[in-house]
Amino acid sequence: MSKRRPYVRSMDGWWKKNPYYVEYMVHEGTALFVIAYTLVLTVGVVRLGQGEAAWNGWLEAMQSPLSIIFHLVLLAAIAYHAFTWFKLFPLTTPPLVLQGKKVEPCAIVRAGWTAGVVAALALLVIVWGIAA
Amino acid sequence: MSEQKIIEIEVLRYLPESDQAPHSEVYKVPFTDDMSVLQGVQYIKDNFDGSLTFRWSCRMAICGSCGMMINGIPKLSCETFIRDYYPQRISVEALAHFPIEKDLVVDLSGFIEKLEAIQPYIIPKEPRTVEEGEYIQTPAQFAEYIQYTSCINCVLCYAACPHTALSPDFIGPGAMALLHRYNMDSRDGGKAQRMELAASEDGVYNCSAVGYCSEVCPKKVDPGNAVNINKINAGMDYFLRFLSPKGGAK
Repeated sequence: MSKRRPYVRSMDGWWKKNPYYVEYMVHEGTALFVIAYTLVLTVGVVRLGQGEAAWNGWLEAMQSPLSIIFHLVLLAAIAYHAFTWFKLFPLTTPPLVLQGKKVEPCAIVRAGWTAGVVAALALLVIVWGIAA
Repeated sequence: MSEQKIIEIEVLRYLPESDQAPHSEVYKVPFTDDMSVLQGVQYIKDNFDGSLTFRWSCRMAICGSCGMMINGIPKLSCETFIRDYYPQRISVEALAHFPIEKDLVVDLSGFIEKLEAIQPYIIPKEPRTVEEGEYIQTPAQFAEYIQYTSCINCVLCYAACPHTALSPDFIGPGAMALLHRYNMDSRDGGKAQRMELAASEDGVYNCSAVGYCSEVCPKKVDPGNAVNINKINAGMDYFLRFLSPKGGAK
């Protein structure tokens, strides 16, 4: 008779067992802050559709101290999410070969950051231009 | 002569015939600076408890047998040195996410089944006879997949990937890297068969890009990249079937 009795270890609290998993969970968790910010903006669009008074009310609400603190928290969380998201680029993109050489992971991350920052600045300039 | 240094090695023991659950035992092991953790564990077996069970073979990081959780991190114990931990205690445990067979030996049968399932061999596009000669491949075509041929099936990537335990049927990073290796081979014609598995419920979409598999890989195979590339490939198969009825997913 077999004496085999393979023991299966519990996965409870698995993500607390390694700093790498903790970073992963924080990365995934900060995605919720991205959702929260899209909700804030969506409410703004809805209020805009409801007329000038509603829109001004929303603008006023955005300027309250609580709202500013909330936005600072969102900014920090979304910045962390962006940082760890760009870090994942080499894992998720197919290998790039330029002039017969494989592009280094850090170059892929840098290219991602550059594209992200350029896009954000371009958007800022365009919106600024329209507003002016 | 310098004084003999002693390190404490805490081993997670599990004796299926007598234990209900694993328990820790601490051994005081004398060591020299050239000793690996594997040699430390061998010292315990030779001097303290002959029943301690673990796998090893080559001692040079190529057979892939001696993977263990060393201070909670999946590593090949033959290329991990005691001196790097001294004077802290080293904890040694069977590879995570696998059932423990005994002490540091895990049950690999699930992994072997997955490995078989991805058909890790060339399925020729057109079978050739000996008279017709060998299958020709250019260095550029070889370069497409050489990275993935370095896999030694040490399964450290499975011990790093929480999804292999949370979804036990997930094909997992190592086998997916080998699936990708054969799909990328210009001599191979089995991609359509393998992609059915890659795109299935047991396939690539179990991965949520934790990325730790690639981090711990001792051979720089980057299995996480292979899994994620095949998310794109499986997605392309799914959508391209509308354009190309003969190709893509079934």
